[in-house]
Amino acid sequence: MTWQLIFEQLLNGLQSGVTLFLMAAGLTLVLGIMNVVNLAHGSLYMVGAYLALAASRWTGSYALGLTLGIGGALVVGMIVEVVVLRALYERDHLDQVLATFGLILFFNELIAILWGRAALFASPPAWLRGHIDLFTGSRYPSYRMAIIVVGLLTAALLWYVVTRTRLGMLIRAGATNRTMVAALGVNIRLLYTVVFGFGAALAGLAGILSGPIYNVQPGMGELVLIQVFVVIVIGGIGSIRGALAGAIIVGIVDTLGRAFLKPLMATVISAPAAENAGPALASILVYLLMAAVLAFRPQGLFPARGG
Amino acid sequence: MKSRLVLWALATTVLVALPPFLLAIGQPFYVDLTRRIMILAIAAVSLNLILGYGGLVSFGHAAYIGIGAYAVGILGFYGFFNGWLHFAVAIVASAVVALAIGAVSIRTSGIYFIMITLAFTQMLYYLGISVAEFGGDDGMRLKRRSELPFIDLNDPVQFYYVALVLMLLSVFLVYRIVNSRFGLVLRATKSNEARSRAIGFSPYHYRLTAFVIAGAMCGLAGALYGNHTNYITPGLMSWQQSGDIMFMVILGGMASTAGPVLGAFALLFFEDLLSGWTQHWQVILGPLLVLSVIFFRRGLAGIFYKPDA
Repeated sequence: MTWQLIFEQLLNGLQSGVTLFLMAAGLTLVLGIMNVVNLAHGSLYMVGAYLALAASRWTGSYALGLTLGIGGALVVGMIVEVVVLRALYERDHLDQVLATFGLILFFNELIAILWGRAALFASPPAWLRGHIDLFTGSRYPSYRMAIIVVGLLTAALLWYVVTRTRLGMLIRAGATNRTMVAALGVNIRLLYTVVFGFGAALAGLAGILSGPIYNVQPGMGELVLIQVFVVIVIGGIGSIRGALAGAIIVGIVDTLGRAFLKPLMATVISAPAAENAGPALASILVYLLMAAVLAFRPQGLFPARGG
Repeated sequence: MKSRLVLWALATTVLVALPPFLLAIGQPFYVDLTRRIMILAIAAVSLNLILGYGGLVSFGHAAYIGIGAYAVGILGFYGFFNGWLHFAVAIVASAVVALAIGAVSIRTSGIYFIMITLAFTQMLYYLGISVAEFGGDDGMRLKRRSELPFIDLNDPVQFYYVALVLMLLSVFLVYRIVNSRFGLVLRATKSNEARSRAIGFSPYHYRLTAFVIAGAMCGLAGALYGNHTNYITPGLMSWQQSGDIMFMVILGGMASTAGPVLGAFALLFFEDLLSGWTQHWQVILGPLLVLSVIFFRRGLAGIFYKPDA
């Protein structure tokens, strides 16, 4: 029984990890290649979730909602890049943090105007509402399993694009030396817009997938955004491998901490004390992890090569 | 220099004359609003010391507002209402936490520094949420405000003048610090770290000291803020709060004496104006913030004079 529970929680951790990865992949590329801190990445996650929800309610088709959500996040991301971020490439991180902070206020409020402040309920497609049997004998929601599969497939696709295609080569080259890439005749501005749109689409996908698990509400992006920054710092800025490793570590540590820390602590200290300290420690666990990584390995666990 | 002093004298006169005037025209709400602005201005002034003069982009300054406020709330919870004790504990606790956070964070730089200061403040935020004894997510109401001799913080006008005096003192303190030998070294480490090392100053200790001073000052602002709202929630330590304080500094003008105060007044008055106009004021404020970052680089203080250093 216990090890079944542990296995199930490990799967939950993996599921939250791959969702974090979808967010982190775009953000780490933007940070590593363009050297831009984009707090509004969480807004794209929210935009994706809302557009997909609205479109699937309107058309009655989950697939259409998915397409529209991803496409919408892509378009919104590209607009944000062209209108706001281009003016910030030459600025320091402080200006980027503040300007994208302003964008968050704007997007959260805009969503509240369009759909209200109350949380909306998104449901998975009908064919994913059941459970599947695990080899351990317990049952696991098929929707969560589908997220894991989609996340891992996206990671594989991303790995292929970055390491095996011309676009990926340009991305890696741009991360190493953008001036030289521009001198060789590559339209670096267009490349930036494409990379940003790409990241935005992944964030949108993450938002859509998370919709049925967490709430769809204004501000939903910020909760996950801060965890995503933890992921990136742990994994190493600009590194896709690092983002994947960091995301899965953070997902699993966070999930296991929330599930098992309280009962585990109750065996050591008194039960009422564990009642208070368990959840407190569980919610700060990933931040402690990040502080430890920064203190002992400031470049992250899997630093990007070059750049 | 002289014209700046005249401006300060003018501004102080206006602020001193404001409460009787507002009460006379029957607008006590604005006494409260101005008091709130002045308290948050203290926080902005303290952040300016490390952000503006020290170049340390701390994205977690709200932590000390929370610590200061919870110092008042928790002491009150256990039946201690002495204001001196409240303020002393708020300042010392904030300084100790700033020392711990700074000791780890200042070893990093750039984006890592931004993220690690944010992460530490998030830890405190979640700590506040999970400790059910002190209200958890819902927060806690103060049993009583801090009790000071001769001054009653329950009186809005008396509290107003306390905030005004402390705000002016904090501006003066930071002004003295940045123009001392210590402040010169701090500014030197910001403008060129390699050179300041070469002439024999290790930036770490100067930065850490400034970080602790800023934390302690902000802790005092937190104690006042707790008294102001009379209600303490973990939301005081949210990252939006940190972003707000940061914005006051930038909007007003980094590394200028009056900047953070101007920024606090401009941002919060404007927020109040917009929120009276529409409940969706953030949809207007957000783009304005973006525009001000892109086009208004020297801040409000730049209108009056060239920022130092």
